[in-house]
Amino acid sequence: MILTGVLLAVLGLGLVGWFAARGRARLLHTGRGSIHSMPGYHAWHVALWIVFPALIAWGAWQAIMPGLVDGAVMADPVAAQLPADAMSRAAILSEAKSIADNPDAVAFNPLANTLAGPVRDAHGRFGLIGALLVAIVAVAGGGWAFTRIRANFPARTRVERGVLGLLLVASLMAILTTFGIVASLVFEAGMFFKDVSPIDFLTGLHWSPGSARGDNLGDSFGAVPLFWGTIYIGAIIAMIVAIPLGLMSAIYLTQYATPTIRKWLKPMLEILAGIPTVVYGYFAALTVAPIFRDFAASLGMANPSTESALAAGVVMGVMIIPFVSSMADDALAAVPRAMSDGSLALGATKSETIKKVLLPAALPGIVAGVMLAISRAIGETMIVVMAAGAAANLSANPFASMTTVTYQIVQMLTGDQEFNSPKTLSAFALGLVLFIVTLILNIIALRVVKRFREAYE
Amino acid sequence: MTNSKLTARNVDVFYGQKKAINNVSIEIDNGIVTAFIGPSGCGKSTFLRSLNRMNDTIADARVTGEILLDGEDIYAAAMDPVALRARVGMVFQKPNPFPKSIYENIAYGPRIHGLAPAKADLDGIIESSLTKAGLWDEVKDRLNEPGTALSGGQQQRLCIARAIAVSPEVILMDEPCSALDPIATARIEELIDELKESFAIVIVTHSMQQAARVSQRTAFFHLGNLVEYGDTSQIFTTPREEKTKDYITGRYG
Repeated sequence: MILTGVLLAVLGLGLVGWFAARGRARLLHTGRGSIHSMPGYHAWHVALWIVFPALIAWGAWQAIMPGLVDGAVMADPVAAQLPADAMSRAAILSEAKSIADNPDAVAFNPLANTLAGPVRDAHGRFGLIGALLVAIVAVAGGGWAFTRIRANFPARTRVERGVLGLLLVASLMAILTTFGIVASLVFEAGMFFKDVSPIDFLTGLHWSPGSARGDNLGDSFGAVPLFWGTIYIGAIIAMIVAIPLGLMSAIYLTQYATPTIRKWLKPMLEILAGIPTVVYGYFAALTVAPIFRDFAASLGMANPSTESALAAGVVMGVMIIPFVSSMADDALAAVPRAMSDGSLALGATKSETIKKVLLPAALPGIVAGVMLAISRAIGETMIVVMAAGAAANLSANPFASMTTVTYQIVQMLTGDQEFNSPKTLSAFALGLVLFIVTLILNIIALRVVKRFREAYE
Repeated sequence: MTNSKLTARNVDVFYGQKKAINNVSIEIDNGIVTAFIGPSGCGKSTFLRSLNRMNDTIADARVTGEILLDGEDIYAAAMDPVALRARVGMVFQKPNPFPKSIYENIAYGPRIHGLAPAKADLDGIIESSLTKAGLWDEVKDRLNEPGTALSGGQQQRLCIARAIAVSPEVILMDEPCSALDPIATARIEELIDELKESFAIVIVTHSMQQAARVSQRTAFFHLGNLVEYGDTSQIFTTPREEKTKDYITGRYG
């Protein structure tokens, strides 16, 4: 595409401007104090003035060009044959566009073939106009900056201010993305809540989107079984595994292990955190789940299912161990040495000191770590997709198959779905609930950690 | 000397390869306050920490020679460091109350050592320890408040009360006033003077005036060596060693 080439050309022009400006500024640099800013700053000043305005112009053109292309195509005599109904119009138009991009594509609608020509023409025309526009902006910006190269021109302060702006934009990017995510979630969830009342959704006990029919939507979208499955697997079973093991390993590593053992064990524990969750997922589904199923059968359960909350929860707990252990490790290390010295000097043994002084002192940090771990566990997807099952069961039996919020989101959004059906939209409502819960958990945990740090500073 | 509580003979302390204390021999008596003085890094705190085996908690610290408590070698294999520390208590430089209530701070030691089988016994120990530490009147109505909410001087007296509560025979104090203001310091010094009736007290201090005010005997350390040891009045008026004289007259340190 022509505009991609333009982008590269702008960067090349920036490079040329950089060298030209440096050469020019070097001529002015006749000795100490003869010039306000060193030639390098003048070079960057010009280069930035070439690249940034051009990039903004490029972005703006990218945004308005599709509209201009559509307008031009509609004005073409061929477009008069398009059906009046807006939806089929748009369908034919988008087909024409894909043919214009890729001549090998086969059109479903013959009209699209005839429209492809005008589309291609309009593309070429507006692409060229855009390229010219960007080039003009780049040259104008660079030329203007170049004329300002003088001995007393404060290029250094300008460049530094520019860099400052760049850093600010970079740091805002993540925040803006978060806002974007929230906005889209809220918007789509709002669409869902037009069809299904939030009360039915949050308190209903029956989840069967597949059987949803026009008038009884509220009865099919009761999400309580999903919330229960999520909490049971992520916050109960996984934590029963992760909290004791993580805490005990942190105590061993910080208090008892010799430096050599610690040097080997800690990285090995951290490897656990680097295993892709998919791998945990099939470990849960292929290795752990059958063991639990056989165990359930030996307990006398009739027809135990291969997919079980227990298998998913236990493997998830193992996955979370390094997380809990490293948070607990930090919390224990943050307790001042004076505290344990005080206890040891009273004749307390090491284990008494750990139990009665270190752990209580580190408790807020440990609790915060556990909350972060829970928020990670309930957002975890792959393990439950592979090992927990799809049945929305409201049961306390750990051997039963259970489903979670994340699993249902995957179910609702994959495969061929109508995008505006309540079934698909329910994924966004579930996502919103999950987002709010993890956000609250994270905020509380970070607050606790902050207060805990302040207490020992 | 028959009154000797702690006896050190040819003690060396190493941190890894580095020798921090070189061949120190000293007798510490009952019923008086012994002060260790000397410039920073002279090893006085290191030596103090070897008297109740707190150096054991530092991974590469090593003590050689002999330290006797009532004639018993505290580094002997049969000696349990936990039992030793119940007999030789310690107060640290910075007040370090546990993040628990005032009551629980004091109750901690007696509970561990099973000194108070009944609640009434424990209450008695708490009252008497706080009284001896001169803190009872200030805190008797708020024993359930956290120990960390007290002022710095009160916290340090709480730590002293905590040490007293397990009825030690010796109390080691490592610069106990260095984090306190002059008024709180004066209170602690008065307290030390009262406590010497019941315990052998060893205090490390960087303040020569403090050593002169509270102690009966003074040991001067320099670069890991015990340079001079004698009655406080003698050390401060007629030091035998040139180095001691230079230090107490402020020539260095």
